[in-house]
Amino acid sequence: MSALLTVNDLKVSFNTDDGVVRAVDGISYSVEPGATLGIVGESGSGKTVGTMTIMGLTRAANTEISGQAIFDGEDLLRASEQQMRAIRGDEIAMIFQDPLASLHPFFTIGAQLVEAIRVHNDVSKAAARTRSAELLTMVGLSDPKQRLSSYPHQFSGGMRQRVMIAMALANEPRLLIADEPTTALDVTVQAQILELIAELQAQSGTAMIIITHDLGVVAEVADEIAVMYAGRIVEQGSATELFSSPQHPYTRALLDSIPRLDRDRSRALEPIAGRPPSLISPPSGCAFHPRCPLAFGRCPDELPALEPTAPGSQHLVACLLSSESRSAER
Amino acid sequence: MSAADPLVEVRDLEMHFPLSRGVILQRQYGAVRAVDGVSFSVGRGETFGLVGESGCGKSTTGRLIMRLLEPTAGQVLFDGEEITHFGRRQLAPLRRDAQMVFQDPYSSLNPRKTVGSIIAEPFIIHREAREAGERRREVRELMDRVGLNPEHYNRYPHQFSGGQRQRIGVARAIALRPKLLVADEPVSALDVSIQAQIINLLQDLQGELGLTLIFIAHDLSVVRHMCDRIAVMYLGKIVELAETERCFSQPRHPYTGALLASVPVPEPSVAASGRRPVLKGDVPSPSAPPSGCRFHTRCPKAQSLCAQQEPALSEQPGGSLAACHFPLEGYSSSS
Repeated sequence: MSALLTVNDLKVSFNTDDGVVRAVDGISYSVEPGATLGIVGESGSGKTVGTMTIMGLTRAANTEISGQAIFDGEDLLRASEQQMRAIRGDEIAMIFQDPLASLHPFFTIGAQLVEAIRVHNDVSKAAARTRSAELLTMVGLSDPKQRLSSYPHQFSGGMRQRVMIAMALANEPRLLIADEPTTALDVTVQAQILELIAELQAQSGTAMIIITHDLGVVAEVADEIAVMYAGRIVEQGSATELFSSPQHPYTRALLDSIPRLDRDRSRALEPIAGRPPSLISPPSGCAFHPRCPLAFGRCPDELPALEPTAPGSQHLVACLLSSESRSAER
Repeated sequence: MSAADPLVEVRDLEMHFPLSRGVILQRQYGAVRAVDGVSFSVGRGETFGLVGESGCGKSTTGRLIMRLLEPTAGQVLFDGEEITHFGRRQLAPLRRDAQMVFQDPYSSLNPRKTVGSIIAEPFIIHREAREAGERRREVRELMDRVGLNPEHYNRYPHQFSGGQRQRIGVARAIALRPKLLVADEPVSALDVSIQAQIINLLQDLQGELGLTLIFIAHDLSVVRHMCDRIAVMYLGKIVELAETERCFSQPRHPYTGALLASVPVPEPSVAASGRRPVLKGDVPSPSAPPSGCRFHTRCPKAQSLCAQQEPALSEQPGGSLAACHFPLEGYSSSS
């Protein structure tokens, strides 16, 4: 199966008064039709900037972008603004973290849904309204007709996120980018939304990129996971492999530092020393080396490449340690 | 289930915030029942968790115990003394014995003061370590204790990262060796890799200083890790109160069960095997809570009785307290 989206060596940097911020520093991945890629990382790891750039949302005078993002044979990084407008919300849709900030407070839900449909389809207002009501039913809102005349502030956080999902799916996109879609929600509502996304994805066969800092969330929804640190992918592999045998010391440290319901309570947490690096002057060599418990002589000097853990394996890791010594330390 | 030698005790605590309409002629037309009849006690040296979703009243309960708010009904007892309606002056000893750590390390530190003077503030307010040199020594010791470099004494909050700022907040809170520390979501604003640092710091300090800790959080995995006993709140009421291990292995209230089942586990095999029961709908508004059991509108086990009669918090087999007409039995979520 050929990939729907292929990102090649994407680099994004911003020129600021304080220096050049290398937000994304050479990432490559691909998403197959119908599959879900999870991108995990802490704040400032570049996980959001990467996908925003693919959507053409970071284009500004002080931004430098290089690399490729091939969607359906076309490089999105070189597409004109007009072309991007046609693609955004139609072929590729996005769900953001804060549903209140992403809905316009002055317009009814119905008006906003109708607009989202009519921008890309030549249909009458009435037809778009009927479709909007269908969409609201699909995302599990009762009374869709009446809801169309409501304003965003009349909805709860979970309901707003359902509206955002309805809007994102309005034109049956082939790729859905969900940036921290459940972070602002309570756990019981988060569970509802994750289930809804999974259900709708199974029905429509839409591919998805989900961006989150929550390892639990990616474990539930993603087929493939990429772990980002300081603008680079440090480990990538299938969800099962990545969680059962994490290879990069950062991935392992992350998994060891969170309290988990499925582990013994008395087990002490092992925090990661230090803090995430500055992207203006990231550490030399492997950016994780100042915090890495396994760092050795070569780490500050050499930049590790993202390579298969074993010949032919789909599990990739960017670490200078040999796989034997990584596991021996475990 | 009350603690043997309680430091903090609350009885039938109520906090109703009035809702009023009109500019000149203000009329009250309702109230947000943020906390609506909550009773529990916290033993000395214990870590007590308050858990629940947004709007359940957990933070308000914390603020009532700190007496940052005056309850509309009920009692708050601290160290055997009733402080429910104490005035400013009477509260002075409490202001020293009970301290708070806030969620947002950015807005809870004065940006125009140096870290040194922020941490020294409690000494000045409570007239301790009056001599400047002594004060500086105390502050440096505190900074070292919470894992900050004492040389950064003269820096400003913006020069620190989120995790370090939270350490500043903790240093300020423990400066006067309080008996009680109320931590309101102390790690939820921090990056994942930093959370464990602060959790471990709080645990170490508690052991060292013999602190009583009230830990308010929405993250169940963090609460389970930290607390001895927890109270699960829903719409201003405690629905379950139990020893942590029991609460997680044998939840009695259907809401507790649903909360536990909703937490995503970072283990794809667990996630893939058998989906959990998902609660429907959102938390109702606390200004017009449902009749009877407040959870009945979302409860998978609700029957007609639940809408009519409010269940009391009563003892369940195994020792937990739960407020439910039809509690869960012998179900284990951690297997």
